[in-house]
Amino acid sequence: MELNLLVLCYLIGSITFIVGLKMLSNPASARNGNLIAAFGMLIAIVGTIFLYEENGQKLGNYAWIFAALFIGTIAGTLMAKRVQMTAMPEMVSLFNGMGGACAALISVIEFRHLIHAGDPSLLNQTSLLIIMLGLIIGSVSFAGSMIAWGKLNGSIKDFAFKGQHIINIVLLLLTLLLAANNVLNRPAQLELFFYGVVVLALIYGIFFVLPIGGADMPVVISLLNSFTGVAAACGGFLYDNKVMLTGGILVGAAGTLLTILMCKAMNRSLQNVLIGSFGGSAVAGGGAQLGGTYKEVTLSDAAVVMSYANKVMIVPGYGLAVAQAQHVCHELEKTLEAKGVEVKYAIHPVAGRMPGHMNVLLAEADVSYEKLLEMEQANEEFKNTDVVLILGANDVVNPAAKSDPSSPIYGMPILEVEEAKHVIVNKRSMKPGYAGIENQLFFQPKTSMLFGDAKKALQDLLAEVRNL
Amino acid sequence: MDQIFQWIAAHQEMIYVVVLMIFVGIEVIGRVPSVLHTPLMSGANAIHGVVIIGAIIVMGKAEEGNVLALVLGFLAVVLGTLNVVGGFVVTDRMLEMFKKKK
Repeated sequence: MELNLLVLCYLIGSITFIVGLKMLSNPASARNGNLIAAFGMLIAIVGTIFLYEENGQKLGNYAWIFAALFIGTIAGTLMAKRVQMTAMPEMVSLFNGMGGACAALISVIEFRHLIHAGDPSLLNQTSLLIIMLGLIIGSVSFAGSMIAWGKLNGSIKDFAFKGQHIINIVLLLLTLLLAANNVLNRPAQLELFFYGVVVLALIYGIFFVLPIGGADMPVVISLLNSFTGVAAACGGFLYDNKVMLTGGILVGAAGTLLTILMCKAMNRSLQNVLIGSFGGSAVAGGGAQLGGTYKEVTLSDAAVVMSYANKVMIVPGYGLAVAQAQHVCHELEKTLEAKGVEVKYAIHPVAGRMPGHMNVLLAEADVSYEKLLEMEQANEEFKNTDVVLILGANDVVNPAAKSDPSSPIYGMPILEVEEAKHVIVNKRSMKPGYAGIENQLFFQPKTSMLFGDAKKALQDLLAEVRNL
Repeated sequence: MDQIFQWIAAHQEMIYVVVLMIFVGIEVIGRVPSVLHTPLMSGANAIHGVVIIGAIIVMGKAEEGNVLALVLGFLAVVLGTLNVVGGFVVTDRMLEMFKKKK
């Protein structure tokens, strides 16, 4: 009776995951989708704690379990509530790493449990294979996510050296060979080799993410996200647990598709992202010879140009997120609209540090959904736009992506802002963007620069516009 | 070869689930607008926190005297909970900003 009830709990869990994910892909239902999945998760967890039994034996150690659940809940809620909107991507990466570590730990504990059980038949080849898979994928996901987290919050710099890809491939092969040897031949020092696999997988995870440029981090996080899904599914296979299996595989498949969609948005292949060492070694490749003179625009000139325009297009980028300038930006938009100027936002799919980053940020400031144009729509409208205001975006408006085959971002679709009559660029300095390449746009005659922190600059600009 | 067939036959139910879930996963998010990429990634991140169930099972099975297993299991449950709770709360915070305004 109780076991059947548990099966029902797991069934509900699996269904809520699918329905939740489906609802998450529609703006109107997304929030409820998330809550539904969370509810299903709760049922599955509570069911496991109280109903699960193995060989007629219920789970024990309730004090430990509840203490751990309590600590994790408090810490997780606090971290998630306190994090700034700008740091969301890091947070997702961090939580993803936790999941990976959890999967790897399960493999370690289960392995120790089976090998010390005294009955060698318990640790059959299938179990060992699944344990090894969960271990490797979980460890890589954990180590990689931690590096991605460090990179996004700036504590770890891009690091690449010659021949790194060869070393990476060798590391991966070594890990897999050692694991395969453990499974197939079961050497006498199985336990030692088992921990050898842990160490190798962790090192591989670090080296896997380390050379990948910061601009590609969203793709990497999404990929690691799907890795963790697969690692969770390994646990499901191991315990014949359907909710873990369905949840894990669901995320594994959806995460992989999401990764590919993100790569497509940048017009690059996944292979190119992973092996390209974008931003690391490619800096010397293109754009070094660019340069020239740029001109600055005064606040009052910028205010005049924008107030008397018919149509203004705002291009937000990471600079806007860092400065937390989304609310001022919305104020400026409303003030200009009140003066009869049509204001829209052009959103590049990979602006910021994560796809959709800008949408989330602008939604926070109550910018209406219809004002946000996707790249294709925006590119059609730039021709009839009088002023483009770029707020802390750089690589996504770099014309080198279209014109300079030697540039590392060549081929990436960009917002074609140079089609507009005037371009005003707000940046903190002339320093290149995240990909580390110069932007010829800043030196074009129709472009003028408005230096300063996005929030400060927008506040001043807003004051000027109101004074007109 | 025979071994492989036997293995497949013995685990056919699991294999069916895996294959079908791959298609469901792809189908379910196939038409997601780019606006929702970040929350979707975050939501999926919370869902793979289901790994916590495995952690609870190993924790609950650990023998009383086996301190190392208890400590590792404890750590696994804490990390898994972080993944689940943090993941869902972060996603909810992101989506809160999408609430309809008329």
